[in-house]
Amino acid sequence: MNADRAAWEQRSALRVVSPVQPRKLAKVPFVELADGRLQGVVSSGSDIERVYVSSFTAGTHAYSCSTNNNRPCGALPSGSSPCKHLHLLAAEAVLQYGLDRVARYLRVDVGDGASSGADLVSRMDGQVERAPAAMVFSRFLRHLNYLEVPDTTVPIPEMHWFPALGAVR
Amino acid sequence: MIGVQLGELLDAPVPGVDEALDLVAGFDDALVHGFARLGEDRAMALSALAGALAATPLGVRAGEAAEKIIAGSATDEHLTTLAGGRTALFGAVHDALLTRLDTALGRTRAAWEESPSTTAPSADNLLSGCRSWLNELAITGWRGVGHDLVSAADQTIEALLAVPDLRRQAVLLDGLAAELRASSPVGTMDRLPARRWADLWTRALLLSRPGGGHSGSEPSGSVSGRLLILGVDVHEHGTAVQIQVHGILESAGTPPRLVRASVAAPKVDTIVGPALWRLLHRYPVLLGALAEQRSLDITDMPLLDSGDLVWHDDRAGAGEPADPFATARVLLAGALAPAVPPLDRHPVRISEPVLVEGYTTATEGGAVTLDLGGHILAVDVDRLPTCGPLTPELVAASTACLGLIRWDGGWTLQPLAVQATVKRKPVTAHNGDWALGPTDPKVVKAEAKAGDAVAVLRERAGRLLRR
Ligand SMILES: [Zn+2]
Repeated sequence: MNADRAAWEQRSALRVVSPVQPRKLAKVPFVELADGRLQGVVSSGSDIERVYVSSFTAGTHAYSCSTNNNRPCGALPSGSSPCKHLHLLAAEAVLQYGLDRVARYLRVDVGDGASSGADLVSRMDGQVERAPAAMVFSRFLRHLNYLEVPDTTVPIPEMHWFPALGAVR
Repeated sequence: MIGVQLGELLDAPVPGVDEALDLVAGFDDALVHGFARLGEDRAMALSALAGALAATPLGVRAGEAAEKIIAGSATDEHLTTLAGGRTALFGAVHDALLTRLDTALGRTRAAWEESPSTTAPSADNLLSGCRSWLNELAITGWRGVGHDLVSAADQTIEALLAVPDLRRQAVLLDGLAAELRASSPVGTMDRLPARRWADLWTRALLLSRPGGGHSGSEPSGSVSGRLLILGVDVHEHGTAVQIQVHGILESAGTPPRLVRASVAAPKVDTIVGPALWRLLHRYPVLLGALAEQRSLDITDMPLLDSGDLVWHDDRAGAGEPADPFATARVLLAGALAPAVPPLDRHPVRISEPVLVEGYTTATEGGAVTLDLGGHILAVDVDRLPTCGPLTPELVAASTACLGLIRWDGGWTLQPLAVQATVKRKPVTAHNGDWALGPTDPKVVKAEAKAGDAVAVLRERAGRLLRR
């Protein structure tokens, strides 16, 4: 075991960040586990120009949903249960990262038999607590901005440290 | 590659490699704990590294840098000098390994000749931003890294991405920052990728010197002729993908030579698998040649001193069908290999195309090995990208394999293509088979179900970014 560990620590080309699973991005284009929250951006079902920023906080399981302009989500009056945006966020996060990783991050005890985002939401009993939307939205824009950066055909030798690896087995 | 050659490759350890890597390990351990908290053992390790360089041009400065760092007064210049020392050791390791490999394969390699370089772009503010972040990392040590220190690089990385000439720095720092972020707080990790992070840190620091990162990126001229593809290697992290096509160039008046052609595109972590190819849609001729196994006729394509073609899709035309296995059988043994630019000399870059056949395979606990004339070669079956059809099962069922010989603590074969027998039928699979879209019905179906991630995100970008 120690020899394995030493060999791992002395390798140059390794996978450090677990890959995410492909999923449909149409409804929830952005999901991340960051800043102590499961947070993301949910496209409005009715207005193509509008998006919601939704989040669950790790530990307290407080949840928040508002438009990117910081207007509270109409479907989330205080004291109610999570709106459909939050349900979508949880469902897509489970697809992207797997239930275990999301539950571990949020510190939710999902127990046996849980498999979906709905199971995850049902095992949290936090309260509404407004979280700042602007930060998450700007991280989403930064994320989108990668697709605006032009490609290049000058070789990047540094990418040899980042081999494309197969699915985690 | 035949059994005798593999035997020669694996024969005895390459002299000097273990000693050099021991010195590197001491430096890497110092980075784990931070140069601000060296302690006696790690201080000795830094002195030992500097001592090993005593007889080199770096010697005096390396000794002085180690002294200052141990005394707790590390400056950017001292850190850069020691990073240079670590790089020099790896350069020597790289050379020893590559010489062993070339000798075993009987491969002739061109000598390094650097074309006169034009002046590097001045982006001193940005580069000094990179250096101060890297210095801070070194002083803090990986174990002290948390979200705040990682996020401190965000703006610099964003600015680097906007400068085409600084793409190497941008992609490297972004990859390192993402790993540190995913691992934060690093102090709670039970094991650290110490070698890897020190590699990335060292390369980033050297690329961030004023004028760094341009060695080898000057075209030595342009070439015309027929490019016969051997296979494609894929590199990927959360926000970048690079394909590197290995091939043999036949041009009038020169013997066949090994060349590579790369395309790299920024991406996001949710674009994975066969969808990666869609990011490279501006290169239909190159992708078509991969998918259809065709040769390419190229005209006036810039060629770097490193043997890399700077691909212009409009200077290439699809040629006749050309089977990469046939190309390898006929031309690979006699092809001239390119020299390696000085700064790129690191074992991680060793990726020599070989054809292996006439072996038997063995699978144990997910690991696949090839027995070639009694010599055992490990296959790196982790390194089969999800954007192509190769699987460990196909490799285990294979009778011939086109791949890259790599070294990461030991020699391995990274498959690029295999010929196999599945259910008594011959099957051939190449990494680039799906370059124009997947051909496996199951994968097509899964892709259709997931929708076009690239298109969805581009639509969102179009609506939300430009306001
Ligand atoms: Zn909502």
